[in-house]
Amino acid sequence: MIKRDVMIYTRYERFWHWSQAVLIFTLFFTGLGIHGTHSLLKFGQAVTIHTYAAYALMGLWVFTTFWNFTTGQWRQYLFKKGILKVIRFYAYGILVGEPHPYKKSLQRKQNALQSLAYMTFMVIIGPALWLTGLLYLFYNEWAGQPWSGDALWLVAVLHTVAAFAMGTFVIIHIYMTTTGKTPLHYVKTMITGYDKVELSEVEEAYLAETKTVDMR
Amino acid sequence: MQRRYISIGRWLLPLVLAALLPALAQASSTADHSKFEALKGPFASAPEVTKACLACHTEASHQVMKSIHWNWDFTNPDTGKRLGKPRTMNSFCGSPLSNEPRCTSCHAGYGWTDARKQPEPVQENVDCLVCHDRSGGYKKVATDAGHPLYEPRTIGAKTMMPPDLAKAARSVGDPGRDNCGACHFNGGGGDAVKHGDLDTSLIKPSRKLDVHMAADGADMTCATCHTFNDHIPSGSRYDTTAKDPHGLDLPKDDHNRATCESCHGDTPHQQAKLNDHTDRVACQTCHIPEFARGGIATKTLWDWSTAGRKDENGKPIFIKDDHGHLKYSAEKGDFEYGENVRPTYHWFNGVTDQVNLTDKIDDGGILRLNTLHGDAKDPKARIWPFKEMRGKQPYDPELKTLVVNHVFGQDDSAFWTNFDYSKAIKFGMDYAGLPWSGKIGFIETRMTWPITHMVAPKEDAVKCGQCHTKGEDGRLAALTDFYLPGRDSVRWLDILGYLALGGALAGVLLHGLARMVMNRKTHHD
Repeated sequence: MIKRDVMIYTRYERFWHWSQAVLIFTLFFTGLGIHGTHSLLKFGQAVTIHTYAAYALMGLWVFTTFWNFTTGQWRQYLFKKGILKVIRFYAYGILVGEPHPYKKSLQRKQNALQSLAYMTFMVIIGPALWLTGLLYLFYNEWAGQPWSGDALWLVAVLHTVAAFAMGTFVIIHIYMTTTGKTPLHYVKTMITGYDKVELSEVEEAYLAETKTVDMR
Repeated sequence: MQRRYISIGRWLLPLVLAALLPALAQASSTADHSKFEALKGPFASAPEVTKACLACHTEASHQVMKSIHWNWDFTNPDTGKRLGKPRTMNSFCGSPLSNEPRCTSCHAGYGWTDARKQPEPVQENVDCLVCHDRSGGYKKVATDAGHPLYEPRTIGAKTMMPPDLAKAARSVGDPGRDNCGACHFNGGGGDAVKHGDLDTSLIKPSRKLDVHMAADGADMTCATCHTFNDHIPSGSRYDTTAKDPHGLDLPKDDHNRATCESCHGDTPHQQAKLNDHTDRVACQTCHIPEFARGGIATKTLWDWSTAGRKDENGKPIFIKDDHGHLKYSAEKGDFEYGENVRPTYHWFNGVTDQVNLTDKIDDGGILRLNTLHGDAKDPKARIWPFKEMRGKQPYDPELKTLVVNHVFGQDDSAFWTNFDYSKAIKFGMDYAGLPWSGKIGFIETRMTWPITHMVAPKEDAVKCGQCHTKGEDGRLAALTDFYLPGRDSVRWLDILGYLALGGALAGVLLHGLARMVMNRKTHHD
């Protein structure tokens, strides 16, 4: 086994990740403004920015879903065994210097907890936000019914619930980036795309020959 | 479905406006009235002018006699109730009954001296000139039941000259802002008193004051929107169109342009989110941020209960405030005024219950003289702006009705000459033929006047954050029967949400702290 610097996050993945990060921050900040948590923006400004950012993020997600399925990368997010071990590691092992129970490989970029968290993000929190968000945006299409007012309330409540969940996710996610070899290791990886991955000789030779994945 | 309609509307609007604009501009007529032999005069009286008009305009008087301008009589199609000035009460002057020659000076006719019965259907008694005089010289005198002066008259220190009827007759044309304004800008007894959004500043308004009527705006007149069909005006405070689902008014339609939607449609904004408001928020709510913006104050309180005070010499007291407005009048009581007033907002579906003179009232609290219908659950209702008028006015505490206050006249009972409520009300109620217990109380009243004029340019429209705010000064803070984003939130959800965010933050900080304290590097790679 050899450890090599391998491009594990391709250019599109990194673009996806960072543009998504910027959009989610924008949406969360303007969303809190619309919600009335702060008044750093005018309501109309906040709504306008929130709306454009929402369309941009939904567009990004459409592309990313396409990308995930055409590249087969969607499999990275499937449920993996060993989740309890990972949880135990972050709750205790990390404090006493135990090794991480999972090894990164080209086919397994994420640990079991990550996969579960990202899967939740992609199939529950994300859709809850864009579904309710679209209902909100297109309120006039279903306005004027006797139940419209109550339904708007429900849509708003669900959107807010999902937004709080997203905020909580982001806080923990950002903290988790500091748990690498050095506090900035994971952030660097997500910027450069390269990480040290253990390769078998065959894998190394294959990658070196075919250049399907960059290696340095 | 609706979206598709929007895009059609967007294309249609410029076409419709292009088609209408020639009609909106003062069309040149094929008749020049200044050349008419029959209008040379001289005319001894105003009805003689009308007679000359009728020689050609054979149906005009018959048409006017069917209009509310003539009969002051209206049956509310929603409630079935018979309304009109002789029977419906407001928080200003009281009743025209027994005060006719004065109150009926705003009647679109001549000589209606007894408002207990309908005006005599005499064709010559229709006043053409009050609406159609373009010389600017014609004026009904305030006390002669609709007639102008025929001879010079000295009132106080001022001598008023009679108008040149022949000149007025030869000047006739489509009514201008000043024609309608002669009565409607002076409702309630003076300039700006009653409506709050109608006063003489609208004769030559700036663009800021009224984007439609300004000379450098659309330069419209009242009748551009209040279209007349056979002399019947459109637009009504008794029977309001709170929401116009008909939208754009095409030539084939009902020729009723007295709603914003008639010209602007119901999706007039570039921004879709703004169009999302038009089903629940009246155009006026955002586009008339304040009323009485023309520099003339409107009356916001009229307290009749204090009227009649005299000084030690027995002379009636009149006190003016710093702005020169009467704040106390022995004739009328206490006043308060407002300029640049932010409206109050209510749900309104166009149906109003008015209190009539003969209605039994509930004197247990503040009496609402017009009760608005509609709420958030009512799909026909929208949020509308109103001027809220506060009043305190005489009533019969035993029979529980409002009363007729005889204020005007050279007799021993009129309040403005004798300052004695018992005499004035006895005279008024006897005249009206209504029962009165002999007792007088004063009841606090409220009246809401829809604000729909003085439309500001779009840059001055109400900003989103003035309603979508948690602040107590939010414009819609009082309308709590619906979910308003930015104002409303669910308490338990907010608590849980902030707890989750705070908990996550505290959790990761603690975790990070523990890692630093343990001071061990993980061997993770």
